[in-house]
Amino acid sequence: MAGDKVDPVHQFVVNKIIPIEIGGIDFSFTNASLFMVATLAVATCFLYFTTSTRSLVPGRMQSVSEISYEFIASMLREGAGSHGMKFFPMVFSLFMFILTANMLGMVPYFFTVTSQIVVTFALALFVIGTVLVYGFYKHGLGFLNVFVPSGVPGILLPLVIAIEVISFLSRPISLSVRLFANMLAGHITLKVFAGFVASLGTFGALGIGGAILPLIMTVALTGLEFLVSFLQAYVFAVLTCMYLNDAVHPGGH
Amino acid sequence: MFVTEAYAQSTTTEGAVTHDAAAGEVHTETGVAQEGGHGSGVFPPFDTSTFASQLLWLAITFGLFYLLMSKVVMPRIGGILETRNDTIARDLDDAARSKAEADAAIAAYEQELAAAKAKGNAIASEAREAAKAKATADRTAVEVSLNNKISAAEARIADIKTKALADVGAIAEETATAVVEQLIGGKVSKAEIASAVKASAK
Repeated sequence: MAGDKVDPVHQFVVNKIIPIEIGGIDFSFTNASLFMVATLAVATCFLYFTTSTRSLVPGRMQSVSEISYEFIASMLREGAGSHGMKFFPMVFSLFMFILTANMLGMVPYFFTVTSQIVVTFALALFVIGTVLVYGFYKHGLGFLNVFVPSGVPGILLPLVIAIEVISFLSRPISLSVRLFANMLAGHITLKVFAGFVASLGTFGALGIGGAILPLIMTVALTGLEFLVSFLQAYVFAVLTCMYLNDAVHPGGH
Repeated sequence: MFVTEAYAQSTTTEGAVTHDAAAGEVHTETGVAQEGGHGSGVFPPFDTSTFASQLLWLAITFGLFYLLMSKVVMPRIGGILETRNDTIARDLDDAARSKAEADAAIAAYEQELAAAKAKGNAIASEAREAAKAKATADRTAVEVSLNNKISAAEARIADIKTKALADVGAIAEETATAVVEQLIGGKVSKAEIASAVKASAK
């Protein structure tokens, strides 16, 4: 059995395409970079060209763009109120970028940008960094109210504050690991089951018969993975809205 | 969890290679030459040597994406939605205004119709009154002239009658005179005859 056939991790290997080194640090244009550019190009071109006619009565494709826009707008308005709408471009960009990256990753032989922890962690840090910077810029030390829930008895306050601080600090980790782990695990599972199909197929008639079960699993998992791809982009955007709500209304919970 | 799974996979599938490669890469436990001999052999997402490049390209692509979204795409979609909402609101306003105009026109029409009806009725009744008055006047005039004629005729009749009656007296006297002359052959005074005629005429 050839190793490259069933190695489910191979799809995550980052290969250099154009080696670039600046100041001793490797900034090569890799397959990961290529698919980031692809994500940028696909998402931008889709949103740009589907809305280019600016039809009063939208066609199917324009509807998709408009629905995405309104979907994120209502999500942010519900999550962070009308004051949170200044973060609309940020949440919309995050959602569309992650969604497109996840969906591109579903194409066979394509690299999944969001299966790299460094990418998801950078995006999560971007969100938390925005919350911190905006929170302190707008509310000064009043932003620290975010750690003091209202209506808690004085005795419990130190404990509750400690819990709130820990939960705040774990946000970038949970936000990034959730997306990363979902994409990674899903692609590994898909690859493993697809690998079963290929390897069982080499064992003659009986093997081909036995390969049907993992084939069904692969088809079902592919459907599930499309759902997960959308769901994780959605979850990332929803949590971003919730965290931004803390920056806009500290102590408002 | 994923790390261990991946490690397990690596060691089982490429165990043979490990032995060969172990001599060269003793510093890593799973010194497997991953496909294509890619570098360190650690689980790819945790390969720190790729982090700098990924971060740079993420910053470039996501930054560009953010700019394109916030400067080009989102204003455009927002504009489309706003235009549509404006158009719908304007159309609804137009429709409401047209309806109000139609209602006003209907009300004006009803009013005109009522006024015209009233005017028509007034003209009709006026004409009727005029006709009636004229008819009454004509009738009275005719009646008056008829009455005049009747009374003239009656006067004439009475005149003729009295004249006739007077003649009748004279004729009777003459006849009586003649009769008396024939019968008794004598003369009778005119006064006697007249009184006798008068007495018998009564």
